[in-house]
Amino acid sequence: MTVVFEGAVQDLIDELGRLPGVGPKSAQRMAFHLLAADPADVTRLQEALQRVKEGVVFCRVCGTVAEKETCRICADQRRDPTVVCVVEEPKDVLAVERTREFRGRYHVLGGALDPLSGIGPDQLRIRELLNRIGTDEITEVIIATDPNTEGEATATYLVRMLRDFPGLSVTRLASGLPMGGDLEFADELTLGRALSGRRAV
Amino acid sequence: MHVRTLALRDFRCWERLELTLEPGIAALVGANGQGKTNLLEALGYLATLGSHRVATDAPLVRHGADRAIVRGTVVHDERELSVEVEITPGRANRARVNRSPVPRPREVLGILRSVLFAPEDLALVRGDPGQRRHFLDDLLVTRAPRLAGVRADYDKVLRQRSALLKTARHGGRGGADLSTLDVWDGHLARHGAQLLAARLDLLAALGPHAVACYADVAPESRPVGLHYRSGLGEALPVPAAGEPADSELIEAALLDELARVRDQEVERGACLVGPHRDDVELSLGGMPAKGYASQGESWSFALALRLGSYELLRAEGAEPVLLLDDVFAELDRRRRARLAEVARAAEQVLVTAAVAEDVPDELDGTRFDIDDGQVRRVR
Repeated sequence: MTVVFEGAVQDLIDELGRLPGVGPKSAQRMAFHLLAADPADVTRLQEALQRVKEGVVFCRVCGTVAEKETCRICADQRRDPTVVCVVEEPKDVLAVERTREFRGRYHVLGGALDPLSGIGPDQLRIRELLNRIGTDEITEVIIATDPNTEGEATATYLVRMLRDFPGLSVTRLASGLPMGGDLEFADELTLGRALSGRRAV
Repeated sequence: MHVRTLALRDFRCWERLELTLEPGIAALVGANGQGKTNLLEALGYLATLGSHRVATDAPLVRHGADRAIVRGTVVHDERELSVEVEITPGRANRARVNRSPVPRPREVLGILRSVLFAPEDLALVRGDPGQRRHFLDDLLVTRAPRLAGVRADYDKVLRQRSALLKTARHGGRGGADLSTLDVWDGHLARHGAQLLAARLDLLAALGPHAVACYADVAPESRPVGLHYRSGLGEALPVPAAGEPADSELIEAALLDELARVRDQEVERGACLVGPHRDDVELSLGGMPAKGYASQGESWSFALALRLGSYELLRAEGAEPVLLLDDVFAELDRRRRARLAEVARAAEQVLVTAAVAEDVPDELDGTRFDIDDGQVRRVR
């Protein structure tokens, strides 16, 4: 990887290569695509980038990305105000929304407990969650943090913080087998979890 | 099981190599620095996703290349599977089974099982406790690939908890408050207990094999013993003979101990309890082998640990491929003969030696000469 292009092109490749999921080869492909692209397309991309940094705000209530002070979901009167789904990132809101099963509201923590990166409870929107539960009419909290080390630790921490609220029910997303999959291809950890979390039918 | 083909690309000194092997004995003979050990290292990597020589992947990739590929065809119970691992330093490995990508490289664990004995193994007896933990954990994963997940989870929780303790000691900037320590304690105890229980079960199964192998290779010596030494000491719930270790009891004991040393941990900024601080105590006639064993006895002990592993895996129905790296030159006649006897009975053995005379005469299988980047079958 010693061969580099000159000036602006290499700068663009370097910047694109910094994005998650983009390796040096993809970055190079994107850069040359942009170089050859219609100026109008590039301007649109440029504007989109600008808008995302200047225009996007975070919802005052739940913390997800929004256009206005409160996001579409928090402003929607038809959503059930008694159930709150706690997720790590705004993209997780989208993931749960795609199910069209959940009619409650969200709370975005902005990450998970991760001491290695210096992230503790104070860096997450946990205090805001506790305030919401204290004042709003919330009766159920669904914890939907990622099923990895950091997400599990965050879930455990939240359970500890929430168990003192009288009348509040706290649940954790079940973890188990993917639909449409084959049992034989499930990894042992997932299958083990699915077994221990089995339900009567 | 045996390996039918091994193909390398940009692995160590090998730019491209394709090797066809047969069941039985294969001797790889060549001068030092020609890449014999690299071949065994590659097979070991397919089996464990780690090298027996280096802790990081960067040295495994040929200088000037950006990734290495190791591919093997493994025959087990007359069924053939091809396994491929692509090693890119600094990024996650990628793996394929029968040419299809698998979501996680660790899913290839267990397809090839191997036991590798190398000169570095002297450190099992003389080295620090980390060597013995590593030996035990590698064998755990070879025996039950599921445990690779337990081991990885424990390492992750351990790193997070250590980071928390360390920042707390430095006066606690933002994220370092200790309110989450209880949470990490719980997770550390849970994963740690699973790992510890698995180690205790393994050692209970391995012990008799290793003791018998030692008596076999060094009949004139004193009897050896293997004991797990946990930071929990007396508090470690010891299972009754023949019973599996109870990870729930161990979890409770770990939690108690964590609570007891809490202040000390905060003060020192380090994680002081858990299987990452344990050791396997090797004894010789009741004395610690480290420090008391002679050079020959240490060698025999290391050999007994590897042969014991081999016998254990074989007894449990998955005979591993035996890889012997340059070890015959280090052994005296009787130990050579004993090792050769085991090797002759194995389904497949790969032996490296600098000169053909170092390979015992009993091992008269195929022979490859390795010279100047070429492998030539001569017998």
